[in-house]
Amino acid sequence: MIVEVRNLHKAHGERQVLRGIDASVDRGETIALVGPSGGGKSTFLRCLNGLNSFETGSVRIAGLSLQPQTPPDSPGLIPLRSKVGMVFQGFHLFPHLNVLANVCLAPLQVRKEARTQVEERALQLLGKVGLADRADAKPAQLSGGQQQRVAIARALAMQPEVLLLDEPTSALDPEMRGEVLAVLRDLAGTCTMLVVTHEMAFARGVATRIWVFDEGKLVEDGTPEQVSQNPRSARARAFFAKM
Amino acid sequence: MVLLLAALSGLSRVEQQRELRWAGDLQGGEPYVFRDPRDPSKLVGFEVELAAALAKELHVRAVFVQNEWSNLVPSLERGDFDVILNGLEDTAQLRGRILLSKPYFNFAEQLVVRRGFPQRHLDQLDGHRVGTLSSSLAHAILRAHPRIETILYGGQEEPYRDLQLGRIDAVLLDSIIATRYGLTKPDLELADPDVARGTYVMGVRKGDETLLDALNAALDKVRSSGQLAAIDARWHLPELPDAPAQEASEDLPQAQMDRGQLWLFLRGAGVTLFVSFLAMALAVPLGLTLALLRMYGGRFSSFAAHAYVEAFRGTPVLLQLYILYYGIAPIVHLSALAAAILGLGMNYGAYEAEVHRAALQSIPIGQSEAAAALGLSRGQSLRLVLLPQALHTALPAMTNDLIALLKDSSLVSVITVVELTKQMTITAVDVRSWAVPGALCALLYFVMSYPLARLAGRLEARLAA
Repeated sequence: MIVEVRNLHKAHGERQVLRGIDASVDRGETIALVGPSGGGKSTFLRCLNGLNSFETGSVRIAGLSLQPQTPPDSPGLIPLRSKVGMVFQGFHLFPHLNVLANVCLAPLQVRKEARTQVEERALQLLGKVGLADRADAKPAQLSGGQQQRVAIARALAMQPEVLLLDEPTSALDPEMRGEVLAVLRDLAGTCTMLVVTHEMAFARGVATRIWVFDEGKLVEDGTPEQVSQNPRSARARAFFAKM
Repeated sequence: MVLLLAALSGLSRVEQQRELRWAGDLQGGEPYVFRDPRDPSKLVGFEVELAAALAKELHVRAVFVQNEWSNLVPSLERGDFDVILNGLEDTAQLRGRILLSKPYFNFAEQLVVRRGFPQRHLDQLDGHRVGTLSSSLAHAILRAHPRIETILYGGQEEPYRDLQLGRIDAVLLDSIIATRYGLTKPDLELADPDVARGTYVMGVRKGDETLLDALNAALDKVRSSGQLAAIDARWHLPELPDAPAQEASEDLPQAQMDRGQLWLFLRGAGVTLFVSFLAMALAVPLGLTLALLRMYGGRFSSFAAHAYVEAFRGTPVLLQLYILYYGIAPIVHLSALAAAILGLGMNYGAYEAEVHRAALQSIPIGQSEAAAALGLSRGQSLRLVLLPQALHTALPAMTNDLIALLKDSSLVSVITVVELTKQMTITAVDVRSWAVPGALCALLYFVMSYPLARLAGRLEARLAA
């Protein structure tokens, strides 16, 4: 198992955001995290690479374990983060660097790889996301969909074992969602992915499993057919009824 | 109309307003005019007593007007008061500009050195640094020795202090100042008691001839009645040395706004640029360090950085320059130029710290999260992701500060650095006009600051691309 979470609890002040999550993921799976807003799915995802700390419980991911109460800027998290990539809702490309430099930054600086090797891989990845010809562009010159595809290439450049995607299409116009989802569809199976999403068609079509989060709990965990057609919990039934 | 104006000029004006408005400078005013240490609401000094005696002869009241010493003449011309009575020296230059009374005090220009200093005469001081007050008779004498490096001060205490510290090798000033401020220091001694002679006179504006005549007549009475001698004795004013000195070499031609002056202006502009750029080169990294300490440092370093910013922003840069140059001189001995650069740099560092802090805080949190998620360390994230963006944001503010610094650098003249503005005031006094030197000075500042603004604009455009 590449991800294993036991009894994870997380609070924002008084408010319990995660109330005892147990979950595990096998290598190569694609997990779609769905559920109503405020249910805790984004927070859960951010706990997996230490961007959010948690109070109690245990996380094992890509062979490394994450301790409770680890501050998000702790140097101890660096090895974990080079194995666990992340894609954000708001892309967060570095605006002062061109596309190629965005993709190459982490392999060059964190893994200290040779520049020729890194650039070769970066151009290959940009080709994969359909942006080989925009390597010299600055992020501001790209559309939202293009920026998100660069962000995916940037995360993949570190050759992560697990890729976390936090609502990767929510900030995009409908016509741009397709191009990003197509990239993710191609990626499925080659890399373990956890995707927080509201795209139910994508979840049903691509995910190996769907997780439904509600009020800080993982209320449903099963294959797309199982979860969407015959949900076990009342919460999940209510959620899918609204879709 | 003409009659009315005439009635308002000279003696009749003084009689009509029933007061003689006389001007001097209380700074370093002992023994001329200064606040009574026992009762600061009262003014004392030999000139206070002389003014009172003269006013009594004119049957009016004496009223003191405070005015910076080096600007007494322009203020008189503006009509701020009736008469200058404050150690004004009789020079050929002055005589052409305002009306001067008969002398009320005779003095010798005296050369003071550190005890045991081998050079005892002005002629031996070529290549040495000699201090004096700007626009004084001694300044005119020193100008006739172009190989002597003249250092100009605004107050009479500072040159002797710098002499003690070895920043200069001699001070040339009149006997009253030398006696009161120089020779009271045990490590200084009189090298040449009689370099030249001069007189203190009163000054009134042109057109006030009737007032001048009345003042001269009053002075004659005060002298013949023995009052003047009594005042001098009461204040222990030094008598003239017995040995007759050569006449003061004050028949120098009046300075013209010529190529020589232009060269001095360019040199002043060079000093301004040099001081400003080096101060900014210090302020930017200092400000960056302070901003980073304040935002990312531990509790102590964050507090210390905050305290630094508030202390340097909350006190005048003039005070900081004084402290750096005079205050800490017994411990750290800085040259004037070093103190100027350090003082401005440290002061502007506080402002730059806030500029950088604001710029860093304006970067969305997503940037540092994205950097962290990629495995960048905090240092790498700062260096490669946050700072390049922050510096871009801060560039307009930094340019603004550099242009402000270019002009604020004129403050360093208080610690003897002759930069552009100081050169302008020196030249303006020498050539008896503010218009041409002032315009030239303004032009030079503009020529220096405008390209900076253009350059920054182009840099911004390039970074934005």
